[in-house]
Amino acid sequence: MQLNGGQALIKALELEGVEVIFGLPGGAILPVYDPIIDSPIRHVLVRHEQGAGHMAEGYAHATGRPGVAMVTSGPAATNIVTPLCDAYMDSIPMVMITGQVPTTALGTDAFQECDTTGITMPVTKHNFLVTSAADIPRVIREAFHIATTGRPGPVLVDIPKDIVDPKNPKSAMEWYWPETVDLPGYNPRTTGDPAAIRHAAELIMAAERPVIYAGGGILKARAAEVLLELAEMTDIRVVTTLMARGAFPDDHPLCLGMPGMHGNFTAITAMQRSDLLIALGSRFDDRVTGKLDGFAPDAKVIHVDIDPAELGKVRRPDAGIAGDCRLVIEELVEALRELGAPDALTDSTDWKSTISGWQETHPLAYVPSEPGDLLKPQYVLEQLRELCPDDTIVASGVGQHQMWTSQYWKFNHPYTWVNSGGLGTMGFAVPAAIGAKVGRPDRMVWAVDGDGCFQMTAQELVTAAAERIPVKIAILNNAYLGMVRQWQEMFYEERYSEVYLSPDLPDYKMWAEAMGCVGMRVESPEEVGPAIEKANAINDRPVVIDFRTDASEKVFPMVAAGANNDEVMTDERTQPALDIPRRRP
Amino acid sequence: MSIDDGHATSPSANPDGVGTTGAVRHHLLSVLVENRPGVLTRVAGLFARRGYNIHSLAVAPTEDPAVSRISMVVDVASSPLPQMMMQLDKLINVLEISELSPAMAVEREVLLATVGAGPDALGELDEALAGFDSRVLDSDDSAVTVSVLGTPEQIDDAEVLLAAFGLLAVQRSGRVALSTLSAQD
Repeated sequence: MQLNGGQALIKALELEGVEVIFGLPGGAILPVYDPIIDSPIRHVLVRHEQGAGHMAEGYAHATGRPGVAMVTSGPAATNIVTPLCDAYMDSIPMVMITGQVPTTALGTDAFQECDTTGITMPVTKHNFLVTSAADIPRVIREAFHIATTGRPGPVLVDIPKDIVDPKNPKSAMEWYWPETVDLPGYNPRTTGDPAAIRHAAELIMAAERPVIYAGGGILKARAAEVLLELAEMTDIRVVTTLMARGAFPDDHPLCLGMPGMHGNFTAITAMQRSDLLIALGSRFDDRVTGKLDGFAPDAKVIHVDIDPAELGKVRRPDAGIAGDCRLVIEELVEALRELGAPDALTDSTDWKSTISGWQETHPLAYVPSEPGDLLKPQYVLEQLRELCPDDTIVASGVGQHQMWTSQYWKFNHPYTWVNSGGLGTMGFAVPAAIGAKVGRPDRMVWAVDGDGCFQMTAQELVTAAAERIPVKIAILNNAYLGMVRQWQEMFYEERYSEVYLSPDLPDYKMWAEAMGCVGMRVESPEEVGPAIEKANAINDRPVVIDFRTDASEKVFPMVAAGANNDEVMTDERTQPALDIPRRRP
Repeated sequence: MSIDDGHATSPSANPDGVGTTGAVRHHLLSVLVENRPGVLTRVAGLFARRGYNIHSLAVAPTEDPAVSRISMVVDVASSPLPQMMMQLDKLINVLEISELSPAMAVEREVLLATVGAGPDALGELDEALAGFDSRVLDSDDSAVTVSVLGTPEQIDDAEVLLAAFGLLAVQRSGRVALSTLSAQD
């Protein structure tokens, strides 16, 4: 069958099971947009290419399937660098198609030319510059294989115009679909080394103060169920990192919640005092470890990761296992049973009661607002959580609102938390929520956003309104770049430099309405619940609620950047002065 | 490479006794890659990202024209090197990577040098290079271009000797190396 390159590209995407492309056409990619008209694949027309990338990420977060975005060359390609880097840092499977100037014009500074593969090389798992129409099916097959296997990540495919343009003879190709993928240098290992797994099991059997340190890899590996089995069998407490919220239910008695810079006291301190960290799909990020040489000083480490380069990158493991989290945890459970678990596990009664004690003395807390004061962001989140279905998907931007959402939302289901962890991309929430809603139209999807973040990507609500994608946005509007303000208050002697944004410029309600959304403004606590209920009842268009929140509210607990995790700062208004045991309890 | 044994950060063989103190020194890496456009950029980028220099580099196809061997000498501290090698191994186009220790490898380098020596100095030049595998490739009234083949240490020595004649231009090939036969088993 003779096809042109553009037809071959769309056909290849169909065969990969792609149901939706987020994108925006332009000169170099025009020939590929023509066959889209005849394809069953849905195309969501974004208003800025960055939005296409984050939507593809949100789609992938919520569904586990690779997100696909397509944009043109030059400025469009530079606009998707941020989502590519975001997806690379958070290991999100994504395939990005970019148009490129014709092969004959490559390297001539042609109109809308940029070296897209050069620019994106360090922020993609792999990228391709396709120079022949005949290569298109093979490259698309390889791109999806690389994006979705091993440690997932973004893959970019750059397509020069002449190989897809039916007017150009270079675009002619004989259609084929490769049965297999031939990548001799790419063989991700999924099963763990049995001897290392056995060693890990022995460490668990002997541990007196073990903690499971669950990371985003649990979700990527679809390992939430086996994690539950491991934790319940061994009765070991579980912390879930920012990328793993929902991987283990917050309501479960073994769940300690989020560790790290803004983690809760118990999760941070349990890791610090632990004698065995069981790191599953986590990567010892600096936001989790704090000052590295003071991190969990007494702990031996089991580290399971699909990416061998993570083992020992930050902390040398006592048992390092390269493999898929789900397969390795299954093997680990088996190995533990063979060693007599749970009966033969070392007694850790004291440890468990110590942890329970921390939970009682150091709960998450905030001071409720006085009548007439601005809203407390934590109160808004509590109300939102209360009034939304348990399996609601929540996306966030980056900053204070992100940390509060992670802290106050109860995540009881995997794939319900969509956020930018590694790169920390402001403006992620709105497009990511739209992508999540496209992938999971059956679920309620809320974005919790900051006013600073909202202004970066709000235009995608036009996309959502036009495409009838009914996401709901809660802006925690404190009129500041809140996290920067918090750092200036705490670490720069309250010298506030360039962080004030104004609560009503722009007018968020009017802006929402102008974009085809329902807009609301909420200023007092008694309005919060009714506004959320009204939003939840709207299913034919997006809703934006502008919650006017208290700018003086800071995110606590907090471990300052570079500080030792023993130095947890809490809000002195809600917590007694801490008397933390510095060594073993 | 397999790192399941949890020795990801163990120091590499370190004959000069620098240990894991983090001192930057030369390491010889042998990297088999797919022979495709852009692969060298991907490999080099991993070192540039961390601010490490590539001291020398030699790339050419192997017995299989689809595969090239990169022999590179990099200035890296010992402790991050194993992790960098694992990151290199993650590159889709990288097939195999190993660090060659001098004791377990055969190495050669070629030096081309143009020195400021007229015809009357040729005898002296011959004498100076007597112990080396060298030949005269080109000459005119005021300059001679010679080649020297040898181990990197011999090439260092030859360069010093040639400097006495006034070096006008120098091109070293960079180290090429293969594991010794006993190490290949």
